[in-house]
Amino acid sequence: MTKYRVKGKGRVNHAKPVSFTFDGDRFEGVEGDTVASALLANGVHLMGRSFKYHRPRGVVTAGSEEPNALIGTTRGKGQFEPNTRATMQEIYPGLKTESQNKWPSLAFDLGAINDRLYMLFSAGFYYKTFMWPRSFWDSVYEPFIRKAAGLGKAPSEVDPDSYASRYLHCDVLVVGSGPSGIAAALSAGRAGSKVVLLDEHAEMGGTLLSEPSITIDGKEAWDWLEAALAELDNLPNVTRMTRTTAMGYYHQNMIGLVQKLTDHLADAPTAAPRERMWRVRAQEVVLAQGAIERPMVFHGNDTPGIMMAGAAQTFLNRFGVLVGENPVVLTSHDSAWYSAFDMADAGANVVAIVDTRPEVPAALVQQAMKRGIDTLVGHTATGAKGRLRVKALRVNPVRHGKVGPAQMLNCDAVLVCGGWTPSLHLFSHTKGSLHWDPEAKVYLPGHKTENVHIAGAGRGLWGIAAALEDGAKAGTDAVKALGRMTGTATYEVSNDRAGTGITQKELPTDRSAGKAKAFVDFQNDVTAKDIRLAVREGMKSIEHVKRYTTNGMATDQGKLSNMNGLTIASDALGKEAPQVGLTTFRPPYTPTTFGAFAGYHKGKHFEVTRRTPIDSWAEEHGAAFEPVALWRRAWYFPQAGEDMHKAVARECKATRESVGIFDASTLGKIEVSGPDATEFMNRMYTNPWTKLGVGRARYGLLLGEDGFIRDDGVIGRMRDDLFHVTTTTGGAARVLNMMEDYLQTEWPDLKVWLTSTTEEWATIALNGPNARKLLAPFVEGADISAEAMQHMSVVECTVGGFPARLFRISFTGELGFEINVPARHGKALWEKLWAAGQQYDICPYGTETMHVLRAEKGFIIVGQDTDGTVTPLDAGIGWAIGKKKPDFVGKRSLERPDIVAPGRKQLVGLLTDDPKTVLTEGAQIVDDPNQPKPMKMIGHVTSSYWSEALGRSIAMAVVEGGFDRMDQTLYLPGESGKPITAKVTSTMFYDPAGDRLKVE
Amino acid sequence: MLLIHCPYCDDTLPELEFAYAGEAHIVRPEDPSKLSDEEWRDFLFIRTNVKGVHAERWRHINGCGRFFNALRDTVSDRFLTTYKAGEARPDMTQLEAAE
Ligand SMILES: [Zn+2]
Repeated sequence: MTKYRVKGKGRVNHAKPVSFTFDGDRFEGVEGDTVASALLANGVHLMGRSFKYHRPRGVVTAGSEEPNALIGTTRGKGQFEPNTRATMQEIYPGLKTESQNKWPSLAFDLGAINDRLYMLFSAGFYYKTFMWPRSFWDSVYEPFIRKAAGLGKAPSEVDPDSYASRYLHCDVLVVGSGPSGIAAALSAGRAGSKVVLLDEHAEMGGTLLSEPSITIDGKEAWDWLEAALAELDNLPNVTRMTRTTAMGYYHQNMIGLVQKLTDHLADAPTAAPRERMWRVRAQEVVLAQGAIERPMVFHGNDTPGIMMAGAAQTFLNRFGVLVGENPVVLTSHDSAWYSAFDMADAGANVVAIVDTRPEVPAALVQQAMKRGIDTLVGHTATGAKGRLRVKALRVNPVRHGKVGPAQMLNCDAVLVCGGWTPSLHLFSHTKGSLHWDPEAKVYLPGHKTENVHIAGAGRGLWGIAAALEDGAKAGTDAVKALGRMTGTATYEVSNDRAGTGITQKELPTDRSAGKAKAFVDFQNDVTAKDIRLAVREGMKSIEHVKRYTTNGMATDQGKLSNMNGLTIASDALGKEAPQVGLTTFRPPYTPTTFGAFAGYHKGKHFEVTRRTPIDSWAEEHGAAFEPVALWRRAWYFPQAGEDMHKAVARECKATRESVGIFDASTLGKIEVSGPDATEFMNRMYTNPWTKLGVGRARYGLLLGEDGFIRDDGVIGRMRDDLFHVTTTTGGAARVLNMMEDYLQTEWPDLKVWLTSTTEEWATIALNGPNARKLLAPFVEGADISAEAMQHMSVVECTVGGFPARLFRISFTGELGFEINVPARHGKALWEKLWAAGQQYDICPYGTETMHVLRAEKGFIIVGQDTDGTVTPLDAGIGWAIGKKKPDFVGKRSLERPDIVAPGRKQLVGLLTDDPKTVLTEGAQIVDDPNQPKPMKMIGHVTSSYWSEALGRSIAMAVVEGGFDRMDQTLYLPGESGKPITAKVTSTMFYDPAGDRLKVE
Repeated sequence: MLLIHCPYCDDTLPELEFAYAGEAHIVRPEDPSKLSDEEWRDFLFIRTNVKGVHAERWRHINGCGRFFNALRDTVSDRFLTTYKAGEARPDMTQLEAAE
């Protein structure tokens, strides 16, 4: 048995030893221990170094609010987790843990030199210290900050664990399973409501686990607890969840829960998720989160061995561990007296109880005397001796505000209680108001915005009897709010240890307050002096003080420090706390893994991958793929030894010389049908549609109401009342949404129906001089000869035996066809064309070749050559505007003063003087490379490629007043500081007359 | 996550099913060519950006697909009511009286 384990005490299994490692050393604990309780059982208080000063720090709490004892845990490859609270991590055989922020070792740390450089790191140090000299930034400050920044070290490997995600609906969600939570769950459960009771700890019971000496309804506390939990488990309408944290409280009673499933297991089932995120929608919520004990602020209050009195009581009664053999108790609340009594009764030599209050209840003093404990009432603490472990506490009497002579109390632990803070973090998430109780100096829940009930210590009630009564009432109120009638249970409690106390600013001292290292925020190393300095330097609101000092900004969100910080700031400002304010708590309540938020959305499930019917063919033929919107598209088809450049050059050449085959199935497709379809098209698109005959197709241009290009695509008229609209791959959903918007809300009188048909059709594009020769033998029911089927037309027929909408169109400048067949036939038709195409050396090509071929023709890609600020005139496609139409979406904006003003950026071609130089897309352009810096950028490159057909590079760019700059030389950044020169040209680089379309 | 009542489905459903669609009751002019530059600018860009009750459009995009209107308090982020496209903005005083 380890030295500080008390036989017969606690709820741990003394008969089951469990060994684990901490910083490489083997330690023994027992089943039921946390890392903190097991280390304490071995006499280890020093569990970490502080963030800024690297000061040695010991564990101070027994719960999730722990600021100091943060450890790294390793469960296997990729399963390292930093900043785990040692007070929450259960031990299991083989667990590996390590301390943080230390180098080279926890006991001897070089970074602790920071502690001596206090002036460098006082309040606002980021704002002051690192401002000057400027040259120090790169060489000194930044490396220093990078090394020092962050708590612990980030994991560097891929997390192999899985995380689950579930929804849950219930009548009453009870957060916290102390006496008030259990009483609430019993009330609601007995009334038949669907209840979920949860607790972040491994075991339910809350305070009851640390208070075994009281009796409830004639039963000892732990017997009553066992019976109550058994009753809840027997109710089919009640669910209990342990190791589960309510991490956020969102609108309309949605609560996020994170349930830890495997972190406490030596052998986790392989398929089990590590954590599960629950999204709970509850009709009523009961918050029974209790209260958090406040530290006291005095010089040296962060010395290891100084901890919360309530935590010491928990370590003793729940884990059977004495945190010290010779403790001193330092308090301003009755509760710590009971901790002292429990310690004494378990065999500790309690050196003294030091109470800062001038008077305490006589009964407490009597009980202390009975145990032979010295009591020092009306005293202050002014220092602690010891660096790695407290050796003595320096205390002084205070009479009429005067601090008297000091005495040293030798000890190995100091158990502190500076009062209790109701835990209202989740309530604060709901934007519920808090009201200040000037008597108790605490914030209590005020106006509620959700269907929520706060019970027990969370609203300032103290003692187990009060908690039970209040919890029962909260449960009943919740049930009544759901429209059910029920009575309220009552509980008979004896030996209850209710009490009162006071809260205060930093303790009075006989020493120079300016030299005191009296910590308020342990995790961020903020002292009382820092807060007073911030006020002196002009910070008037707690929000400013917080940001200037970083008080409460650590991972514990100031659970221990916020109220002490506020008390000191309001004292410095001479104002009541509510006038200074309270910072806002935000989700998550405690640090939450990214895995829990990501859930199933990782790896292949991160987002949907849309595949075309021809995708598998492309994969079989070695395509490289690229993501386009949610689609994966064949990018190019490399042959042996080819890189992208070579493959694309070959694909371009083959297509222009004979025939290329391209999967265009991802194009968005919308059927616009109905008697008013033409009118609707006239109003939506810039182009005129009235005179477009059945069987003809037209390039359609869609603007926003602001006049800027939103989308484009070829649109075929299938019937008088039916248009086959195509959109860009990425724009399909947006365009349909926009059409629906106008149809539903502006023109509900139009008889038009819109149907997304993107996935109904597989679309195969054939381009090149041999396209018709290849296609014609497959076509039945239509004549596709040059005379019968003109460029920009569409016909319904069969192709390869499949019903088809066959377009004669071209996005390459070559003779081209796009064959739409029902998606299920797409791959079969592709394979037929592929087989027959062998005689023409048919070449499959991907999106990269498609981009090059269209750029050679100057065809724009919306979203690449346009960016939401480009009008049709800017893009040089003013011809697509139906000038005679009275109105269309965006028409009026084409007359806006800024749109008609000179100097707009216009889309032009760029040809580099060196034909081998391919410009970088996005490169900025200037017209005078000798102008002083910063230079005036007049535009940027939007598209740039090697053109195999032209044997040189080509580029498109938007340039200020570009149309008036033809043949002008412009300059772009080149390597080695020498600018690249390029001439402005038309964007029609290849076959400007369009002769290549005229293939017989 | 908010719960939103779709007036077409007559059902209250999670926010994930809906998409925001800007301020409500901004009607596209019958004949935009008759508007001055200033009037057209106001139609395009000028919004109330209210602190308080905001009339706004939502679309039940992953449901029935219909656009509808809502009154939402931008301070509390709470929906006060939803109503069909084309219906007049509800009178807040009547809404409060009904509560
Ligand atoms: Zn709906």
